[in-house]
Amino acid sequence: MGAAALQKQFETVLCLRVRPAPERVRTGIPELDAGTALGAGGLPRGCLTEIFGSASSGRTSLLVSALAAATAREEVCALVDAEDMFDPVSAAAAGVSLERLLWVRCGHHAEHALKAADLLVHGGGFGLVALDLGDTPLETARRISLASWFRLRRAVENTPTVLVAVARQSNAKTCASLVLECACDRVTWSGGTPLLRGMRVRVARRKPVREITACFHAAALE
Amino acid sequence: MFASLHGSGNLRALAFEFSPVVEQTAPDTVTLDASGLEHLFGQEIAVAVMRRAGQSDIKASLALAANPDAAIYAARGFAGVSVVPQGDEAKFLAPLPVKLLGPSPELQETLERWGIRRFHDLAALPPLGIAERLGPEGLHLRRLARGEVERNLVALPEPLDFADELDLDYPLELLEPLAFILARLLGGLATRLATRGLATDELGLRLQLENGFVHERTLRLPVPSLDQRAFLKLLQLDLAAHPPPAPVLEVRLQARPVKPRAAQSGLFVPLAPEPVKLELTLARIQAMVGEERVGSPELLDTHRPGAFHMTAFGRGTAKTDRRPHDRVRLSLRVFRPPRAARVAIASGQPSFVAAEGVRGRVLELAGPWRTSGDWWTTDPWERDEWDIALSDGALYRIYCAPPGWFVEGSYD
Repeated sequence: MGAAALQKQFETVLCLRVRPAPERVRTGIPELDAGTALGAGGLPRGCLTEIFGSASSGRTSLLVSALAAATAREEVCALVDAEDMFDPVSAAAAGVSLERLLWVRCGHHAEHALKAADLLVHGGGFGLVALDLGDTPLETARRISLASWFRLRRAVENTPTVLVAVARQSNAKTCASLVLECACDRVTWSGGTPLLRGMRVRVARRKPVREITACFHAAALE
Repeated sequence: MFASLHGSGNLRALAFEFSPVVEQTAPDTVTLDASGLEHLFGQEIAVAVMRRAGQSDIKASLALAANPDAAIYAARGFAGVSVVPQGDEAKFLAPLPVKLLGPSPELQETLERWGIRRFHDLAALPPLGIAERLGPEGLHLRRLARGEVERNLVALPEPLDFADELDLDYPLELLEPLAFILARLLGGLATRLATRGLATDELGLRLQLENGFVHERTLRLPVPSLDQRAFLKLLQLDLAAHPPPAPVLEVRLQARPVKPRAAQSGLFVPLAPEPVKLELTLARIQAMVGEERVGSPELLDTHRPGAFHMTAFGRGTAKTDRRPHDRVRLSLRVFRPPRAARVAIASGQPSFVAAEGVRGRVLELAGPWRTSGDWWTTDPWERDEWDIALSDGALYRIYCAPPGWFVEGSYD
């Protein structure tokens, strides 16, 4: 059997297949959607996106903005809240349609949060599923095995769901398709009368490798 | 063969237990087609019917005959159980009063004048003479008195009661064997619903327990369905969350019949979870984290900070056309419950804050924002709020309210 015949027979098995670029959805933050910080304009569907940063780094504002954009597209969203810290009042003020949001309050159980996220992703039909581990103790978050993250990644693959994990540090490692690090660039206060005006958030893309930074301003409630 | 029941009580329900063809002859009389019942009960059809009537507290007389009218008049005329022999109807009905036939007042008066008081008196009259003197009505009454009228029953529609029950031979203590019984009952109900082109959106489970109590659970679905596997899993999850307190002796499952959902998906309809699958997913998550911890938040119409309550997801109210704001809003992460704090005051303003997981010098601050409300109720509130930037690099919202200082959450 000649080399040509062998090549023809095994070509489909041996050759590397290039996955088509995932569809992107807007986060509702023009600075991120228009720029290249998130890749090609938004969060990827069918992929795990990880947003991490310290307390008051703007990661929750970014997540809530993405939820608001998704519910505005009339998609159904789910928020798995490991530490029960979601604030519906500020979310509603940010434009989140609360009746389209399923809120799972896990009461300080990261393990329950992972299982709930897994069930929701497997159940299907959600436009965005967010796993909020933002205030989970670092040791607990680190103890989440890569196998759990890999399971989530495989579950969301080939689905139109955007899976977002929020944490203090990057935990998903290779399982995340997009990793964004948030940091507080500057807090703005009003001049005369003391008033919290907002926060300037710097978002740095840590994965894919080429580091790109973008900034946006999150305004405080008036 | 036809059977007629005459008496008081829910005769219709009793009749439907034995036959699908039931006629409501009069408010106190029902007639049913008993053909074929002999295959089930042999020669003891009447015994079976009267035993069931006794269990249901129905007081009635029963008659069996080859035609409906003979059965009806026998049931009305004789107490207890009567079996009218085929071919001897006239002889059996002979002693009954003519009034039972319900003649018109004029005819009744005529018959009285003639001295016709019993069925056998009327049956003995020549048909030609009756036709000449009393007309068609008289002829019909004569045929009724002789038990010769053949007709079809005017059948009632069968009531849509989709319920099945099972008496267990021995008490069940574990949920797993109970699941097999539920699967069997669900299968039967789903088949009966499907044959009528119906579905269900509510399942009622009633468990008779060994200690004499009854354990009842109701399962409601957002949309009608016939998915037996989903129903079974939902019932299992519900029973796991609310187990019966004693072994189970009897299981009764009831389904509310409704029309199935007819919906056509569009190409451009936004993504949404499949309702029954979503219900199953939610039940699984609720079993893990608790029922009240899963749902959609709904803000309350009050100025009280952080006032909301949880509602069932997917069964919400009207859609609100909420668009995201042009500007990104700074979100708050709320500590539940608020963390009690020790706050050092300098020049009337917080200068140092220490609480669980929060500690640092106040670098910048805004406040106090003084709010109060519900002072006209028994649950008033008031607080002084501050937005502070601490030396640990985070932004917090703290407040002072009786009985002290609290950290409400962090801006993030």
